[in-house]
Amino acid sequence: MFNPTIAGITLRALLGRKRVFLLAIPGAVLLIITIALKADHNASTSWPAEVLGRVGFSALLPLTALIVGTSVLGAEIDDSSILHLLATPVSRASIIFTKTLIAAAVTLLFAALPEFVAGVIATGKAGSFAVGLGVGAVLGSIVYTAVFVLISTITRHPVAFALAYVAVWEGLVTNLVSGAKYLSVEQYSLGLANAIAKNGALDAHLTATTAVILAAIATAAAVSYAGTRLRSFRLTGDA
Amino acid sequence: MSAPSPNGAAAGAAALVELRNTTRWYGNVVAVNDISMTLGPGVTGLLGPNGAGKSTLLHMISGFLEPSRGTVTIGGVAPWRNADIFRTVGLVPERDSVYAFLTAREFVTASAKLHKLPDPTAAADRALNMVELTESADRPIDTYSKGMRQRAKVAAALVHDPHVLLLDEPFNGMDPRQRLHMMDLLRGLGRSGRTILFSSHILEEVERLADTVQVVVAGRLAASGDYRSIRRLMTNRPHVFVVRTTDDRTLAKALIASQAVQGVALTTTGLEVHASDHGTFTRQLAGVSREAGVGLREVIPADESLESVFAYLVGA
Repeated sequence: MFNPTIAGITLRALLGRKRVFLLAIPGAVLLIITIALKADHNASTSWPAEVLGRVGFSALLPLTALIVGTSVLGAEIDDSSILHLLATPVSRASIIFTKTLIAAAVTLLFAALPEFVAGVIATGKAGSFAVGLGVGAVLGSIVYTAVFVLISTITRHPVAFALAYVAVWEGLVTNLVSGAKYLSVEQYSLGLANAIAKNGALDAHLTATTAVILAAIATAAAVSYAGTRLRSFRLTGDA
Repeated sequence: MSAPSPNGAAAGAAALVELRNTTRWYGNVVAVNDISMTLGPGVTGLLGPNGAGKSTLLHMISGFLEPSRGTVTIGGVAPWRNADIFRTVGLVPERDSVYAFLTAREFVTASAKLHKLPDPTAAADRALNMVELTESADRPIDTYSKGMRQRAKVAAALVHDPHVLLLDEPFNGMDPRQRLHMMDLLRGLGRSGRTILFSSHILEEVERLADTVQVVVAGRLAASGDYRSIRRLMTNRPHVFVVRTTDDRTLAKALIASQAVQGVALTTTGLEVHASDHGTFTRQLAGVSREAGVGLREVIPADESLESVFAYLVGA
């Protein structure tokens, strides 16, 4: 299923351009905020969970995954370079699986790792809080990128749609409608993070088991449907 | 530069491209209208003005668009939603989009690996040699001219030695030398038993390269077959000229007596002449004017645009 040739091209496309600096910005901002708060606040207060939970899981993680997830496929569909992969007998499912895996790994590097490091800085140790944040962010990296790769196969404007999804669904609806937590990537991440960190200030509403099962279903469904969509990729525009 | 030939009857069958009553529409717009054709080994030019439906046809043949009605098959197999078709098909898309951060060698080798060729490096070397890109193969593609990019795309499409090669406006951006070389390459591939289909809106390109021509106008197949007979049809069509003279009315009277002239009309811009025979009319015009004592100021062919030629073929 995993195709190393596609992985290599995708990685070079992602990290070989100026985009790598763009990807590093959200993580750097989180670390700067953490260092500033650490210097200004007593460690016994609840700011680490509130800031790293809120800023980390609702801003850093989805935005990084959005940039990466829409770049690995959406950008190639937009400029038609994807045709060079599609004009080969490689299965479309393999293309989606490989690209999602690379996108998740890069998001993990630029979002989950800074989240873990920020947890270490905030608490002064690599304890359960930092590990919980890191592991929760890993789960979020995988699900978010799968969702954004799927969005790239559905619309020719994946960034706009992904931003709308993050702002409206994750940012608004899941906070207003309690049942929406079962369909929230942020809640999957927070649920797992809280199970390890055991910190009520993380504002998690799902248990770890529920979060992981739902995240697995969402990822599998997104990857599978994205493969189906890519199989029906249409070239339109020029007559 | 050499083009190895696919052997056997199986290869010949795999190289057969068939369209049966193929139609494609977008909403209320019909892009391709009830086209049937069979393409076999050799070079076929898909000729037509911009927007005629050539790319839509190529997209359907390469499996990137499903027909709204009718069928498309390559070697008896429908290409839509069938990635395996690319084991025997190579595609050179029109859009100038490649992984520009790769070198041509990396790009073509990647294509060979994606086709799971036993020796991707050797296959890439062979393909790069065929398009004469070996010397520049280790430079990133973003340093290439448009013509060189085009050759890199052709090399990637040829790397698995396909039975069928589809090229969408392949000569765009190429200089005359590159153009001639690419024509030689495609001609060689056609002679070695491959089915080569390329689209173009330039008559001269098609004339120099294609054995057979499919002319598409406004989504319909306007003419099909041997290029020479189609060219004859184009040359023998009525031509319209606007002639500005010192005395339009007198010249009109003199011209109407000629067998080469079908009709004349006095217009505000000059004398509009409908000639049935382009060559005879242009040879006779000066003499007829002199005999009539009329001075010629300007002779303008009014329907020399490609679109008018194609429009004539639709009606022919």
